[in-house]
Amino acid sequence: MKILVAVKRVVDYAVKIRVKPDKTGVDTQNVKMSMNPFCEIALEEALRIKEAGFAKEVVAVSIGPPQCVDTLRTGLAMGADRGIHVEANSSFLPLTIAKILKSLADVENPGLIFLGKQAIDDDCNQTGQMVAALLGWPQATFASKVVVLDKDKQFATVDREVDGGLETLSVDLPAVITTDLRLNQPRYATLPNIMKAKSKPIKKMTLEDLKVDIKSDIEIVEVTEPPKRKSGVIVSSVDELIDKLKNEAHVV
Amino acid sequence: MMMIHRWRRSGEFVRSACKSLSSLRPEHNSMSPPVSGFVNRYESKGKTFQSNAWNDHNRELDLGRNLGMMQQYKSFGSSSASKVQRNPLFSSLEPKDVSYFKEILGDKHVIEDEERLETANTDWMHKYRGSSKLMLLPKNTEEVSQILKYCDSRSLAVVPQGGNTGLVGGSVPVFDEVIINVGLMNKVLSFDEVSGVLVCEAGCILENLATFLDTKGFVMPLDLGAKGSCHIGGNVSTNAGGLRLIRYGSLHGTVLGLEAVTANGNVLDMLGTLRKDNTGYDLKHLFIGSEGSLGIVTKVSILTQPKMSSVNLAFIACKDFLSCQKLLVEAKRNLGEILSAFEFLDNNSMDLVLNHLDGVRNPVSSSENFYILIETTGSGETYDREKLEAFLLKSLEQGLVSDGVIAQDINQASSFWRIREGITEALQKAGACYKYDLSLPVEEIYNIVNDLRGRLGDLANVMGYGHLGDGLIEPYVYEWTSKHRGSISAEHGLGVMKANEIFYSKSPETVALMVSIKKLLDPKGILNPYKVLPHSFFSP
Repeated sequence: MKILVAVKRVVDYAVKIRVKPDKTGVDTQNVKMSMNPFCEIALEEALRIKEAGFAKEVVAVSIGPPQCVDTLRTGLAMGADRGIHVEANSSFLPLTIAKILKSLADVENPGLIFLGKQAIDDDCNQTGQMVAALLGWPQATFASKVVVLDKDKQFATVDREVDGGLETLSVDLPAVITTDLRLNQPRYATLPNIMKAKSKPIKKMTLEDLKVDIKSDIEIVEVTEPPKRKSGVIVSSVDELIDKLKNEAHVV
Repeated sequence: MMMIHRWRRSGEFVRSACKSLSSLRPEHNSMSPPVSGFVNRYESKGKTFQSNAWNDHNRELDLGRNLGMMQQYKSFGSSSASKVQRNPLFSSLEPKDVSYFKEILGDKHVIEDEERLETANTDWMHKYRGSSKLMLLPKNTEEVSQILKYCDSRSLAVVPQGGNTGLVGGSVPVFDEVIINVGLMNKVLSFDEVSGVLVCEAGCILENLATFLDTKGFVMPLDLGAKGSCHIGGNVSTNAGGLRLIRYGSLHGTVLGLEAVTANGNVLDMLGTLRKDNTGYDLKHLFIGSEGSLGIVTKVSILTQPKMSSVNLAFIACKDFLSCQKLLVEAKRNLGEILSAFEFLDNNSMDLVLNHLDGVRNPVSSSENFYILIETTGSGETYDREKLEAFLLKSLEQGLVSDGVIAQDINQASSFWRIREGITEALQKAGACYKYDLSLPVEEIYNIVNDLRGRLGDLANVMGYGHLGDGLIEPYVYEWTSKHRGSISAEHGLGVMKANEIFYSKSPETVALMVSIKKLLDPKGILNPYKVLPHSFFSP
């Protein structure tokens, strides 16, 4: 069985981001970019499943500008077998990504598609679900416990984190799984693996190859920072407090 | 840095051993080293070679004396006090003094509260505790000047204090010296975005400065584990080094100017912002590293560097120390201008950290003898990455490196740094320890650790770690160091801990001149007494 893992190149989680002066987006010039942490977890899980003997190949795919190849190299250094880079000049919203992944799935025929539950730059939490819907496959999102595969019966058992606690699902394969924080701790890229990664192939594909319509119905109008927290006010008496709660904060 | 971590259960053995070996102790004279080398400031001044003035005294390191010294230090914080007497020429605090301070500073900034004083009286390692009854919080240079002028006229001894993160007992009173803490003087005065020159008050916390600079796209030229608490004034006064010295050099190079107040209240405005200024003697260098004994630094002008976004960090395992050294040479040659840190720690240090800190794991799967942290900082992400990978893979093939990992994001990089920076913290949790910060010729560096292990056997856990890139390791024994032409304090300064040890690294003539300068700038000796220079020069 083949596992397809989608990985996204995002601004590093630890970077303090700033909004561009023209308000068109976040400033990504000269900032450290890394693989989305949830995607790292997704890739780690796919690797563990392969190491357990349930899959033959782990394929990492990334969609975006040429620098995405760095992200794919990281994936290969962790242990993925090969990479696919879908060239795109602008960043796409989840629906477009989902359409691209669907086309890829039609070509590659994986038994499982792993994604991070959301990207830390847009926090959409939509791509995985959309891919499943487009493919007509079952989905298990926010996976938080080790995914167990039953090879014979061709299904997976997944624990997922929901508001009320943990929910255990059983999904028929092929399926889409998105990963949550507590699922695993991704491995480091070791030097021997980095060396091996140099000879692993990364295939370039274009949007024309995949015959995907990228027209989006959504347009980003403006990006602004959240309003700065106003400093607190020290009141001198209970009466003043009540007055402020009533007339300024309108909560009483 | 080498830590000798003494197991508590062996305490009994040590005491009994002491008794039988006490006859081996050489005679004490006023110059005998009290020993205590513990201090761990992550700095490195590089290798210093000084001849040992005491060569003819034939002080051979022997186990008995060491054990004797270890036993002395079981009692809390009294070590140096038992060696030095309070100078009777200093006045004692009187109510009229407190009134005067309240008049010029305001009631709120004159601290007599016991709890706050206890914290201010105790150093970070909890090894030294003074008995000051008063702490003053000036808000500006003028107030510092008024305070010192008054103290000088009254012969009241003072201790300048910043973040109190020093490791040689230099920032806390020995007796009842008045504490002058510059924590309220924490404003950034100006920042030139073209030249990168930052002018700020001495009480600015290093991490806050780094955060401020980050928004402008610049970085401070120094970084140390204590950054969340230490003040830039303290860093300058102690000539702090830290993790980035290998890249940006020492404060003697990056500090362009400073403002200081001398013992009699004179304000010395040496706050230049020019990189080149050859007008007269460059006096600021006297204050940099003088540990508050020549004046209180009130403002600093420092050259900061543009922030480079491409930072890579690798955690490497090496089989032996020779490989570590070769790796250093190769790193400098192959990584050249992008190399920004080269740290090492040994197996014992790694074990200590893994045992005492939460959420830490060994990045390398196998346990090795030595671990190296290599960091590169540059402007080209892909280019730097490839350079580092190529260098490491070549080292792997050549057998210099046995295993290693490269951090894939800032989170992973932070966890690697946590291991190296967490050693001091882990040591605190592990128990009594003796730390030495020394610099030695690179080839000698680890020999002292092995030497020590041989001598101490099971009595103590000896570990070595440090800024290998600057030639710093903190081994045991001043004499060993002196004999092998090293410095007894590469980074942490002398403070009170090593005040009498200076002769291990500096000649008598040099020290005599230092004393003259001290007496010229501070005739009554009120600034940070009992520290830096040997006590005998100042006792009445």
